[in-house]
Amino acid sequence: MAVQARGASGAGNVAAAVLRFAARHVLTAYATLALVYLFLPIFVVVLFSFNDTEGRFNFVWQGFTLRHWGDPFKDPALRDSMLLSLRVAAISTAIATVLGTLVAFAMTRYKFVAAPAASLLILLPLTTPEIVLGASLLTLFLTLNVATGFTTIIIAHVMFNISYVVVTVRARLRSFDWTLEEAAMDLGANEFQTFRKVTLPLTFPGILAGALLAFALSLDDFVITLFNSGQEVTFPLYVWGAARTAAPPQINVIGSMILFVAIGGIVLSFLLQRRRA
Amino acid sequence: MTIGRLRPFLPYILLAPGLAWLTVFFVVPMYTLARQSLNDGTLETGFRFAWEWANYSNVIDRYQEQFIRSFRYAGTATVLAFIIGYPLAYAIAFRGGRMKSYLLFLVVLPFFTTYLIRTLAWQTILSDQGDVLRTARDLGVLDVTDALGISQNGRVLATPTAVVMAITYNFLPFMVLPCYVSLERIDRRLIEAANDLYGGPVRAFARVVFPLSLPGVFAGSLLVFIPAVGDFINAEILGSPKTQMIGNVIQSRFLEVNDYPGAAALSFILMAAILGAVLVYTRLLGTEDLA
Repeated sequence: MAVQARGASGAGNVAAAVLRFAARHVLTAYATLALVYLFLPIFVVVLFSFNDTEGRFNFVWQGFTLRHWGDPFKDPALRDSMLLSLRVAAISTAIATVLGTLVAFAMTRYKFVAAPAASLLILLPLTTPEIVLGASLLTLFLTLNVATGFTTIIIAHVMFNISYVVVTVRARLRSFDWTLEEAAMDLGANEFQTFRKVTLPLTFPGILAGALLAFALSLDDFVITLFNSGQEVTFPLYVWGAARTAAPPQINVIGSMILFVAIGGIVLSFLLQRRRA
Repeated sequence: MTIGRLRPFLPYILLAPGLAWLTVFFVVPMYTLARQSLNDGTLETGFRFAWEWANYSNVIDRYQEQFIRSFRYAGTATVLAFIIGYPLAYAIAFRGGRMKSYLLFLVVLPFFTTYLIRTLAWQTILSDQGDVLRTARDLGVLDVTDALGISQNGRVLATPTAVVMAITYNFLPFMVLPCYVSLERIDRRLIEAANDLYGGPVRAFARVVFPLSLPGVFAGSLLVFIPAVGDFINAEILGSPKTQMIGNVIQSRFLEVNDYPGAAALSFILMAAILGAVLVYTRLLGTEDLA
């Protein structure tokens, strides 16, 4: 439209059209390349989980095999680390989701004097480098003479996850219609009934989103865990140890599994959303 | 109803457990870290609090190089993430159509694999015996990149290139998502208006679209830069002793050498340096009121 309006000459129009065509396709090509860059390592992770490698190195393609998928937990230490990671993720997610959701409710539902200070306390851990979070927590345990291990990993994971849960849940609560609570109370429900029958079901998707994020972050956390794990070895710590010598292909199998489970979960949520809409 | 009398305190009751956790396990550790940074002694003799400010000057003298390198790598990675991520965010926001949410999903999808595994995959891709480097070697590409200083002696692993590229990769979504959000929010009628007022596509972008997307660029670059400065995984897996960043130093002083005071001092210097860099950046970009 704009080009026609300008229409000084036919040649000008053609030049503008060519420019536009080029811009459009150059951009599309560039964006596609960027996506290829994003997917290249993922492709390699999945591909090399099928690599028929015998030795300790998994760098060069040797041929296709399903062997590693048939026996992903060949190394019992790998299995133990995965079980520990899942246990840590489940426990820390449960605690962080409850604590974080309460904070998010307080901050969106009520006005109170300490609100800016509370917001700051929530934001600071998100803007502190992970290595400082991990190191500082370790100095606390050293000062108190607490031996690091399972409990300290949980403490650390809840600590960094609270903020993520608060931010996620708060974003969803902003669009919540609080007059629905008043309506429920007008109809004779008390505070607890209102919360259980009205507020909680309606805000559940937001809370679930926060919990899933916390679970994913806990499962993936390496830096903070490294400082506070003592003798315990979570899955990322196992990968770290293996990376320093030689990473077995089973690591790629587990990595691919985690990826596929995440994709499955997200596709499912897409489908559920569409059905609801 | 028992809750009636509690009502004025209700927000505080809801806040208490979560904020108490953060106070005990985030604020108090900052204090113990500060105290640790002023201790003297060693692990053998025991650490004693002694207002030992020399810890700070010692580690600055000793690890200046790694500090500068960390900021250089993180800065380069932030610029690269912008160069790669902004056009991608733009393409999704303006050309995505109904595919928008699926394309965004594609952007974050790779990050559902474990961070360390992703980084190890780059080790595989860039390894000397790998197919990528072999092909590049056969085609003579490595001679060119060697000459340009991108690779060294026909190797990419253990060079700054590998480390910076992997940092860029690992934090790229933090650039794409905020840029996308602010590009998506732009009122399309403003662009039409710019066109109607004879601003061509280039000027409409430079004068309307880009300035309006600055808050996203600002947020994105901080979200990339801050974790990148403190990162040590990429330098450890893909680098060499010559590409050590400050995170590597803090990690090894803390967990391998057990020089707790030195590592604590380094942590505080790192935080102060990041804060300083962020303030300068905010001033330069002048988006305090926009963000």
